[in-house]
Amino acid sequence: MSARGRGRILAALLLAATVAAPLVVPALTVQFATLWVMIILALTWDILGGQMGYNSFGNVVFFGVGMYASAIVQVGLFHDVGAYTAASGTGVYPFTPQQYYVGLALGILAAPIAAVAVAALLGTGMLGLRGHYFAIGTLGLGIAGGEFAASWEYVGGASGFLLPVFPGAYETRALFFYGLCAALGIVTFLVLRRLYAGRFGLALNAIRDDEDKAEALGHHTVRNKVLAWCVSAFFVGLAGAIFGNMNGLIEPREVAFSGATFGVWMVLMALLGGKGTLWGPVIGAIVFHVFKELFWTYLLGWQRVALGLLIVGIVLFFPLGLLGYARERWPSLFGRQAVEGAKR
Amino acid sequence: MTSLLEVRDATKRFGGIVANEGVSLSVREGEIVGLIGPNGSGKTTLFNSIVGHHALDAGSIRFGGREITELRVPQIARLGLLRTFQQTRVFRGMTGIENMLASAPPEGTGLAVMFGRSQPREAARADDLLQFVGLYEKRHLRAGELSFGQQKLLEFAMALMRSPRMLLLDEPTAGINPTLINNLVDRLQRANAELGITLLVIEHNMPVIMRLARRLYCLAHGKILAEGAPEQVQRDPRVLEAYLGAA
Ligand SMILES: Nc1ncnc2c1ncn2[C@@H]1O[C@H](COP(=O)(O)OP(=O)(O)OP(=O)(O)O)[C@@H](O)[C@H]1O
Ligand SMILES: [Mg+2]
Repeated sequence: MSARGRGRILAALLLAATVAAPLVVPALTVQFATLWVMIILALTWDILGGQMGYNSFGNVVFFGVGMYASAIVQVGLFHDVGAYTAASGTGVYPFTPQQYYVGLALGILAAPIAAVAVAALLGTGMLGLRGHYFAIGTLGLGIAGGEFAASWEYVGGASGFLLPVFPGAYETRALFFYGLCAALGIVTFLVLRRLYAGRFGLALNAIRDDEDKAEALGHHTVRNKVLAWCVSAFFVGLAGAIFGNMNGLIEPREVAFSGATFGVWMVLMALLGGKGTLWGPVIGAIVFHVFKELFWTYLLGWQRVALGLLIVGIVLFFPLGLLGYARERWPSLFGRQAVEGAKR
Repeated sequence: MTSLLEVRDATKRFGGIVANEGVSLSVREGEIVGLIGPNGSGKTTLFNSIVGHHALDAGSIRFGGREITELRVPQIARLGLLRTFQQTRVFRGMTGIENMLASAPPEGTGLAVMFGRSQPREAARADDLLQFVGLYEKRHLRAGELSFGQQKLLEFAMALMRSPRMLLLDEPTAGINPTLINNLVDRLQRANAELGITLLVIEHNMPVIMRLARRLYCLAHGKILAEGAPEQVQRDPRVLEAYLGAA
């Protein structure tokens, strides 16, 4: 069977699993939704980290920006945001179901706009830098975002931003957000696949392989780099908006701008699965999330140690990621077509 | 005929080293001109200055009647003045075809163009050019898996992809075996004759440059030492001395 045919079957199986998962194990619906968010984070980290060869440790900023932007719009449409966050959780500021859904829709619309604006601004300032300098520059972004949000009382400061309550039963709510996360995950995957197959993919790979050469050929490298970060920010911002609502509470440091969790995880997932490939981050996210949940459930108290060991294991035994490893081990399974197909 | 490339009194220093001093040269449209000189005489530095890799300390550069001294690398490349690298640079992780397609970046900067697909005619041109340099059979191999000589050929084909007006080639035959060299010289001549691309070629291989160029410049210690017909420059006692003195 051709590698392409195998890819089709894999995609069909995953789609079936996507639909079946929350129906078969309803208790884990929120877990599955979170997995989709993780997949999105890994996929979008890989745009710069894998395809373009620029390690960004700041993408979590777009997650937080998307979350807060959505929350502000959702609440701001109907109430005073400052008063709402000050009265946090007292129920003085109710939302009708219609207000909830209209707010959510507009919030989810606003999130990617805000995130892309931040990416364009930061990118224009930072993406003139080459590789490692850029990576170091992004290190502080998550922390800066967290500290900024934590000190901004308008959005609830350090105690966070409580989102409007979903007008429905717990199970309905879980399914609703699962659907949103899954849909966004699939769209992200398809859009990236399309972009990688065209000029944009070529431009990113050219920058990864030899940025000087790309410039010598007349590429608009800085423009492509900023654009790449904006694409990342677009989907991460959307994911942030949905995740914030699913979580119910936006904590500035622990959730929205959490460099130590999401910020690191997105890098690890892409590396684990195989960076610079389309399927690698997806596979990496699934494997990582399963392990992480198992550790948190069965190794309580030691979960971080176990996670640390897992990371060391990844680096030592799968330097190319699972997909890269499989390709080297069983090249016939992939063939030349698969190498190309996966890259694009 | 007016000159396509005009370098006037170019001076470039690196700290205390004067890599180029008062260098002037001109290349007319359609010419093949050679640039020779001992190691470290400033040939690559001159190329770097021309393509905007670094700013000149003094002097000016015109291309196609336009002042390009202050322009940066990608801008100059988009004017149709391309260079290849002495160390040979290709996109190692990408296949031959991808290298070719990546060498024809879109003219426009609109989102639709940048996010668009490569045009079928670009793919056809990539195939033609890979055929032209004899790499068509290897087009699905990653460039990093090609031999050094094949990478040189690929880099040359990549440069042709955008139909440049002028190519600066930095030692195109260095490290290539004699059979491939003949091949490459033939391709260079055809690129010049059939595609009308003006060439300025740095070369240490004397027989090659004697065959290719109709005019030579010789650099030594950052200055133009001699200029003229190849036989004349080759016999110039100052040139011989510069080479022997450097040996
Ligand atoms: N970026 C740089 N920084 C400092 N010195 C440099 C730099 N580039 C070139 N030089 C110096 O300038 C001088 C000329 O170097 P250049 O590379 O232009 O010589 P070349 O004629 O191309 O030599 P070769 O034939 O060996 O390639 C050398 O002394 C070199 O050390
Ligand atoms: Mg040189």
